[in-house]
Amino acid sequence: MNRLLVPVNAHDHIQGGADAEWTLVEYGDYECPVCGEAYQIVKQLQEHLRERLRFVFRNFPLRQIHRMAEFAAETAEFASAHGRFWEMHDLLFANQEDLERELLFRLTTKIGLSADQLQRSLASEIYRDRIDLDFRGGIRSGVNGTPTFFINGVRHDGSFDLDTLLRAIAEAV
Amino acid sequence: MSSFAQSLIPPTGPASGVKRNKILPAGSLAPQFTLFVTPNQALSLREFLGRPVILAVYPADWSPVCGDQMALYNEVLPEFAKHRAALVGISVDSVWCHGAFAASRNLHFPLASDFEPKGHVARLYRAYREGDGTCERALFVIDSNGNISWSYLSPVAVNPGADGILEALDKLTGKTMG
Repeated sequence: MNRLLVPVNAHDHIQGGADAEWTLVEYGDYECPVCGEAYQIVKQLQEHLRERLRFVFRNFPLRQIHRMAEFAAETAEFASAHGRFWEMHDLLFANQEDLERELLFRLTTKIGLSADQLQRSLASEIYRDRIDLDFRGGIRSGVNGTPTFFINGVRHDGSFDLDTLLRAIAEAV
Repeated sequence: MSSFAQSLIPPTGPASGVKRNKILPAGSLAPQFTLFVTPNQALSLREFLGRPVILAVYPADWSPVCGDQMALYNEVLPEFAKHRAALVGISVDSVWCHGAFAASRNLHFPLASDFEPKGHVARLYRAYREGDGTCERALFVIDSNGNISWSYLSPVAVNPGADGILEALDKLTGKTMG
């Protein structure tokens, strides 16, 4: 049984309160089509479970097979630095099939942030370490592809359709 | 219990009716081999003496991409490199198949072809699935002297990730480099 080695902490992107019954941590990649499917499932889970569920998203870009994954993750981190992570997170998955640099700038402008500033951030790779930290923590915890979910700190090895996840969450301690 | 002692205990539970390989355990000398990695280039285990080697034995090229074990290890190469460890993938696929697979995944490490005689090297490591005609999904970490320091047999359908490999490398080099 693989356990999450990096506990949820202040650097994480978190939806929901610390007093939630269950914490679902996802390691994901914005360019991964399976993560795009999982994104919809997580939304449904959140609708079902509301404040009983806390959701955490961590970066796990598969840089060698997904050309835009790193840029997309850095764009989300850029938005996060301005308190707008989840807006960008939603937009990236909604536009997953059209991920290009131009799109990242357009989305950034759309949520009222500066495309020029994003450009400088991408050029200087200032968010790369933050993403690497997520990635390395994931590897040490047994993340074996994207998406990988942890329910209350234990890796979920089953499929991640809504029913399976709901059942796994209900059974989690 | 040492993993050698564990390897002597017969399997029990639901899988006991199925013939399951007991792969070479920690403490064994890693069997030497030479295999082709491209149509005209061979790789020998002894080329790596003096540094750790990770042998990732796997059933077949072309698993679904986002959950692919070799694609994952490709991303973890910088972590393996911190331990000066070399990574070699081994399956019974041909060099031509390996070449297409490696190109599609942008892999930066060699895939050895255990193709002729088929599964010969996997058998040496007791990681060949008779009947299926494929390799097990098994991991071996070999130390700089050519001894197996850690081995792990994963269920064929489960990508074991890289955490076990990194822990084994930590022990080998005596520190955490994560």
